[in-house]
Amino acid sequence: MTGAELVFVPLGAVALGSSVLVVTTDQLVRAALWLVVALGALAGCFLLLAAELVAWVQVLIYVGAVVVLLLFGIMLTRAPIGRSVDLDSGNRVAALVVALGTAGTLVTVVVGGFRTASIDLGDGSAGSAGTVGAGLFRYWVLPFELLSVLLLAALVGAIVLSRRDIGPRARDGGED
Amino acid sequence: MHVVYPVVLAALLFSVGVYGVLARRNAILVLMSVELMLNAVNLNLVTFDAWLKDTLASGQALTLFVIAIAAAEVGLGLAIVLLVFRNRSSIAVDQLRDLADRDAPSAVPGETVAEREAAR
Amino acid sequence: MTAALAVPVVLAPFLAAAVGLPLGRRLPPGIVAIAGTAVSAVLAIAVAVSSRPAETLARLTPTGGIAVTVGVRVGGLSATVAVMVTLVALAVQVYSVGYLRGDPRYPSYAALVSLFTAAMLTVVLSADLLLTYAGWEVMGVCSYFLIGHHWERPAASSAAVKSFLMTRFGDVGFLFGVFVLGTAAGSFRITDVLAAVPTMSHTTVLAAALLMVVGVVGKSAQFPLHSWLPDAMAGPAPVSALIHAATMVAAGVYLVALLFPVFLAAPLALDVLAVLAVVSMLGAALAAFASADLKRVLAYSTISQLSLMFAALAVGGRTAAIAHLVSHAAFKALLFLCAGAVITAVGGGLLTDLGGLRRAMPVTFATMTVGFAALAGFPPTSGFFSKDLVVAAAGHAASGEAALVTVAVAWLVAVAVLLTAGVTAAYATRAWLLTFFGTERPAREAGPVLTGPLLALAAPALLLGLAALRWPELRPEWGSALASVAVVVLGAGVVLARWRAAPGRDPADLLGRARPLLASAWHTDDLYERTVARAVTGLAERVVAVDDRVVGRAVTGSGRNAGRLGGLIRLSQNGNPQLYLTGLLAGVLLIAVGVVVLA
Repeated sequence: MTGAELVFVPLGAVALGSSVLVVTTDQLVRAALWLVVALGALAGCFLLLAAELVAWVQVLIYVGAVVVLLLFGIMLTRAPIGRSVDLDSGNRVAALVVALGTAGTLVTVVVGGFRTASIDLGDGSAGSAGTVGAGLFRYWVLPFELLSVLLLAALVGAIVLSRRDIGPRARDGGED
Repeated sequence: MHVVYPVVLAALLFSVGVYGVLARRNAILVLMSVELMLNAVNLNLVTFDAWLKDTLASGQALTLFVIAIAAAEVGLGLAIVLLVFRNRSSIAVDQLRDLADRDAPSAVPGETVAEREAAR
Repeated sequence: MTAALAVPVVLAPFLAAAVGLPLGRRLPPGIVAIAGTAVSAVLAIAVAVSSRPAETLARLTPTGGIAVTVGVRVGGLSATVAVMVTLVALAVQVYSVGYLRGDPRYPSYAALVSLFTAAMLTVVLSADLLLTYAGWEVMGVCSYFLIGHHWERPAASSAAVKSFLMTRFGDVGFLFGVFVLGTAAGSFRITDVLAAVPTMSHTTVLAAALLMVVGVVGKSAQFPLHSWLPDAMAGPAPVSALIHAATMVAAGVYLVALLFPVFLAAPLALDVLAVLAVVSMLGAALAAFASADLKRVLAYSTISQLSLMFAALAVGGRTAAIAHLVSHAAFKALLFLCAGAVITAVGGGLLTDLGGLRRAMPVTFATMTVGFAALAGFPPTSGFFSKDLVVAAAGHAASGEAALVTVAVAWLVAVAVLLTAGVTAAYATRAWLLTFFGTERPAREAGPVLTGPLLALAAPALLLGLAALRWPELRPEWGSALASVAVVVLGAGVVLARWRAAPGRDPADLLGRARPLLASAWHTDDLYERTVARAVTGLAERVVAVDDRVVGRAVTGSGRNAGRLGGLIRLSQNGNPQLYLTGLLAGVLLIAVGVVVLA
């Protein structure tokens, strides 16, 4: 076990444990906070894999933006702060079976497939902003630009969906 | 570093996300679980990028794209959740049952001649 | 050359039918049909005059197994019959123009008669047994349509169905006879089949001959499949003249004559044929004597006269049978056409409604007298000569000269033929008296379109026998001639005497209490109604019940069970998207595990 692995395993354990808490906790706000922990631990994992830029983007966008958005959502839907009893649906047992099955299958397959593969991180510059930026703007320019259009469309769509004064109300005369 | 560690972690995170999507009622928690699944995929992408030493940096570029799309998805998803909440005062996904098959079965398909004549 | 002439003999009326069916309404009535039949008649006469046997064959398409060929085969027999068919058809076509004037269905009628003529000529001239069978069936269909010409009358439509079913029953026998002969000979060519008869086993020949007897009994309305012919008189009179007197019903006789070597090799079949012929001959003659309707009298008389031909064939008188076939075609077609004229003038065919038409319809009277005289067998009409040939043939067989059938059967035939001759003279005289004598009633002679064919047919009915004296084998023999004339005079004399004693009364009263029995042809129809018809109806009801209770239940049951199963599956469609997603992912997982495990 190398040094990187020694650091990776506890980070992974934190990520996994906090993600399990995200899907099991009975307090909505705590779930969002555990998600922060999980995503942050994952950002650490990215760093260990020499994906420097990705790690910081993860922290910025996921931890900074997405989770904040989710918290907004929680509050706008007037969710109770504190314990609530009905966060799990009646589908729990089936969900557990399917999830364990998925885990079993995937783990079996990946362990079988990559038992001997190992990563040579080299000088660690593979994930630097310079390398990734060069790749992004040299080879991935078209998808990158398309993505900007997609984001714009999502923005417009989110606004249209959220505002009360536009949308379907004018057509079919009432949503409630 | 062995590839097995990150990919096993990704597989487990994905399964946790699957459980969350299938087991949680609250739509926002479902969205969070979806984020977990997306992140598991991201971890895989980064791992294989590092392992294969891709000259195009495609794994990391795709990870960035996924993150951007995830942000868009969360934005739209929350807008939809808010709309549902406004309309129904609830965001429990298992109560959104408009897809249910409601009509009772119509007439009995087919009957024998004798039955038809008896009915007359 | 002969064969090249013979092909258009068949094709001309067929073309007339093909043109007449779509275009008949736009053209002057009858022009296509008459032209086609006339061309065919001229060519048939040319073929007969050239009188060399000829045969053409073409194999249209490989059919596997035994080859099916198409072609014509001309011989003395077929040429003679072809001339007879085309001439009668021509007379009938001309007559129909007048008889069906103003009938909206005339164009299809004329086309069907043309098609029928083509089919009959196919039967006569075909070189291949399967082609013969095809013509045989087309005749049956045309007969069905033409009997049902006035399908709005229930009697006509049910008579059409009845005739179709009964002849079809016989046709099955014919078809299987063809199969037996064809497989035994390795070819359906008539020439090959006839050549191969000596090599066939006795059982095969007997089976084929008996099956053929079934076929001709159905088509020629012999006992026990006779009862469709009297009912078929619901069709128009010219149809009866052509199909139910001169041609289709005679096709059975022609076929037996054509395949005579087959029957010669199976004497038992000839015995059966003789017995059936004797029963039909006497039974139908007596029924004709008792019948109350002019056309039914003629129908029963047709059955009886056809039996006479079969009897002649059975005792080996092939020439006699064909001679009688030709002369019968002439005088019976004449009689039917005359009956049509009478029915047109009076408005009905019941003998009690007729009478005293002697002065009002002189042409019809004269020609019908010739027809009845030929039917009864008075010299010197054609009927006398041909009937005498039959009597002579029966006499020879009875005296053991040409021992085809057993002597007992030959005696039976001889006695029956003579008895029938007497009864025939009696009923012919009776019908003649009841139609033209007695109290006069107002009527108008038919127009020239109707009387022309009558005169044209009266000539051969009167003179054919005299003309045939050229050939030595067609000359009468003194002994049989005297015997038959004596019987004929006796039969006619009894009726005449009765008429003298009680003018205006139906001479059928002579039969006394037996009359209703005879008029219904020995209650055969009732018998069939009680046995065959009821059994078939019962069976059909049972089949319907099985279809409803078993097949129908199975069908509806499977539908219902599928519905119930669907109801179970519907329960999963509860609208919960999480459940759907769970199912989806579980399915993906199963597939993935399957791939991992099985790969």
